[in-house]
Amino acid sequence: MVLFVLACVLALLIVAALAVALGGRPRSGNFVYGASLIITLALCASALFSLISASTPSPVVLPLGLPWLGAHFRIDALAAFFLIVVNLGGAAASLFALGYGHHEESPLRVLPFYPAYLAGMNLVVVADDAFSFLVSWEFMSLTSWALVIAHHREHENLRAGYVYLLMASFGTLALLLAFGLLAGADGNYAFEAIRASRPTASIAALVLILVLLGAGSKAGVVPLHAWLPLAHPAAPSHVSALMSGVMTKVAVYGFVRIALDLIGPPVWWWSMLVLVIGGITAVMGVLYALMQHDLKRLLAYHTVENIGIIYIGLGLALAFKAYAMDFAAALALTAALLHVFNHSIFKSLLFFGAGAVLGATGERDMEHLGGLIHRMPQTAFVFLVGCVAISALPPLNGFVSEWLTFQAILLSPQLPAWGLKFLIPAVGALLALSAALAAACFVKAFGVSFLGRPRTPAAANAQETDIESRIAMFFLAALCLLAGILPGLFIDALAPVSTALIAASMPHQVGIEWLTIVPIAESRSSYNGLLVFFFVAASGWIAAFAIHRLASHQLRRAPAWDCGYPDARPETQYTASSFAQPIRRVYGMSLFRAREIGAMPPPGAMGPARLTVELRDLIWDYGYAPVASFVGFASERLNVLQFLTIRRYLTLVFALLVFLLLVLAIWP
Amino acid sequence: MALIRDLGFQAMQMLLVFLLAPLLTGLVRKMKARLLRRQGPPLLQPYRDLIRLLRKEVVLAENASWLFRVIPYIVFAGTWVAASLVPTFRGGLLFSWSADLIAIIALLGSARFFLALAGLDVGTSFGGIGSSREVMIATLAEPAMLMIVFTLALVAGSTQLTTIASYMLSSGVGLRVSLGLALIALIMVAIAENARIPIDNPATHLELTMVHEAMVLEYSGRHLALIDLSSELKLLLYISVIGCLFVPWGLAVPPASLQGIAIGIGAYVTKLALGGFLLAAFETSIAKMRVFRVPAFLGAALMLGLLATLLLFVSRSL
Repeated sequence: MVLFVLACVLALLIVAALAVALGGRPRSGNFVYGASLIITLALCASALFSLISASTPSPVVLPLGLPWLGAHFRIDALAAFFLIVVNLGGAAASLFALGYGHHEESPLRVLPFYPAYLAGMNLVVVADDAFSFLVSWEFMSLTSWALVIAHHREHENLRAGYVYLLMASFGTLALLLAFGLLAGADGNYAFEAIRASRPTASIAALVLILVLLGAGSKAGVVPLHAWLPLAHPAAPSHVSALMSGVMTKVAVYGFVRIALDLIGPPVWWWSMLVLVIGGITAVMGVLYALMQHDLKRLLAYHTVENIGIIYIGLGLALAFKAYAMDFAAALALTAALLHVFNHSIFKSLLFFGAGAVLGATGERDMEHLGGLIHRMPQTAFVFLVGCVAISALPPLNGFVSEWLTFQAILLSPQLPAWGLKFLIPAVGALLALSAALAAACFVKAFGVSFLGRPRTPAAANAQETDIESRIAMFFLAALCLLAGILPGLFIDALAPVSTALIAASMPHQVGIEWLTIVPIAESRSSYNGLLVFFFVAASGWIAAFAIHRLASHQLRRAPAWDCGYPDARPETQYTASSFAQPIRRVYGMSLFRAREIGAMPPPGAMGPARLTVELRDLIWDYGYAPVASFVGFASERLNVLQFLTIRRYLTLVFALLVFLLLVLAIWP
Repeated sequence: MALIRDLGFQAMQMLLVFLLAPLLTGLVRKMKARLLRRQGPPLLQPYRDLIRLLRKEVVLAENASWLFRVIPYIVFAGTWVAASLVPTFRGGLLFSWSADLIAIIALLGSARFFLALAGLDVGTSFGGIGSSREVMIATLAEPAMLMIVFTLALVAGSTQLTTIASYMLSSGVGLRVSLGLALIALIMVAIAENARIPIDNPATHLELTMVHEAMVLEYSGRHLALIDLSSELKLLLYISVIGCLFVPWGLAVPPASLQGIAIGIGAYVTKLALGGFLLAAFETSIAKMRVFRVPAFLGAALMLGLLATLLLFVSRSL
């Protein structure tokens, strides 16, 4: 099984090389995306097979990399699950790109890196030693960086690429140190050996903090998220979908692999750290998203929110595991992993929809869109499905994973630690707040872009997107519905993962009557997405049927009513920023220092009044800007050292030598 | 046989909430008018309004999309299903396990999500103002509601309404601080969710402070009838939830005799009437607040809910 996966990865790399060789041939895009689609589908099928068959993982050691170590690869249940997430997203993106890729102006800047990027993500998941893990991780970062700056002529994208490269290097550095600490003095980097050795408490705590920084910066937890909303929208849309839907999940994989597997038994206060980060990330992410009017950037910020929800689940799993409450830990972990899967589906779907809009209108700014539901009805429908799913509304899949997380929170009063007793209700409130804000955010995203009247000619003349893209979006939308109404199947598929990491799993779900899901016991809580969906559909249909039969079915089109003052100009509609105004006033005054400055024309003048909104990103201003200005200041000062005479350089070297010798002499 | 009987009760419940909802609204309107020493509309006026609306043709804005025409059915179906899963006269409904209290709240959230979209569909400024304010209120009311659910779930050890209600009926509950806080918070949330005074005014039009009515301004005919019926159902749902959780007495527990069922229905109607009267009295005694005072009101509800949950995390007996 491992060898098959590695062969597929090799095939992806060959496709990348062929993409270079093919050059700018007109059909090369079809070849690259078609081949990627087939390979990722094969990978997905094999990973699904190995997850369900629950075969004992057999490691493979290839004579690559460090000569005394070799490259270890292994697929256990956790890796198999994340392989499914990666390759399902990869297959959907490839299918979407078969159509969408034709919009690409400079395909040679995208095509070679795309399969290589997919290969990198697959390698991270199957790596079984620290060296190949880090090399694959860096490979994934660099290929995605190349894709971020594919449209390098736009100044913003170059800045995004720069910030991304810095943050990715920072993350890899943190992971490098974490693995160094885990491997200990003998430097045995194979995961098997790391698992066997038990680090001391202080080392383990340090490793956890480093992993939070390293994997967290890639996943986009607040305050390390700054690169994410810049880089994800900059890439072509199918790559944005992969970065947001899939690569952040690979980062989550890195965290789960180290924090729940390699590091050994957790300590209770670790979970406090993870929970606080998760709660803040969830709420801040969605509030940032609500303030955006760039559709792709809104989606990128919203990824930050979902990462927060996943981290809340993982934090709960750590807390329960620390107190050996295995069934509760299994519930929390399953909730987090199910949300990983769900988010990868609906976030890819939404980015595809944004890509379709971008391709049809050339616009990412919601203030220039509107009324697209008339011009692009199918894209509008699937985008709506994605919006409902991501807002955690029944009967779609986002609700199921959040519901499971809530159920896990309700088990937490049994935890003995007082810190957790006070923290977890607050985190629950933050989770509820973020779910409600997410619904507001997607009413805005869908309502302003797709509903209302077109605000520009580009939006008024949009054409429905191509057939391949639509198939990809409909496929993901169908998965959203399937995972929403038959969640038991997906929960059962996750059982081997939680068995491997926690030695317990949620009760078997598929056999339960009516396909209900029952996380703990029926008297405690149960949810049946299938029946809820059926009831809602049936009663809606009955109402429609009865009314059209028995009452009126007449319909007349007339100008909008608008309390008697309809205005035909599309500018009189609510815009994205005016829609967010009440929320900005309630939450943004302190968090973003939001200020509204109204400028009235002098009496008698006929000019329009103007309202300017000022928002500040406090995390950037107080977190990143000081660091950047310090680095700038230091390099300015050290710059002098570049222009010394040879005599002075020799003096410097001599002084350093004397200093080091002194240190050696004084050192005990 | 048992299955058929249970199906019968479930169907009865669906029909009961459907039929009683307009009556409740009529009752509240009548009471309010009487408290103001007005004659008031007849009790059955909401039914007449609905029937008249159903018979009228729909006047649809020229650029309204297919979504605008589907949304009334979605909103009605979601609210109706949510209302029929709340135990009203008899606990242990056949399908009560298909959605717990969190799912019922989320189902109402779905209905609101679509209604807010409908406000944006035609692209008028009134629709926009209604939608944006509605979602702002929802972002505060929903977390508060979930905190209340947490409190109840921690007390009763379940998020299933039936289980919570039967726990509340048992003698082990006693007076608890946390439940008191949760009740106050729930009433505040219910007022906000149903767009009642002081958050919103259900009787107003052409006023910049309105929220719900602005959002549905473009609807007419059968669509408006469905939307109105949904809000009436929602009011009934919240009073039923408060009734079944905090005054569960009279609720028939399966297997219940015919007599028990009759008592259950009687008790339920009494609770509804009482709830309607209290609502009318409250609404008459208070003035509507400014929109940007609402966050303080709902923030207080959220804090009360959080406090109640925290108390239970500290000690299960508080």
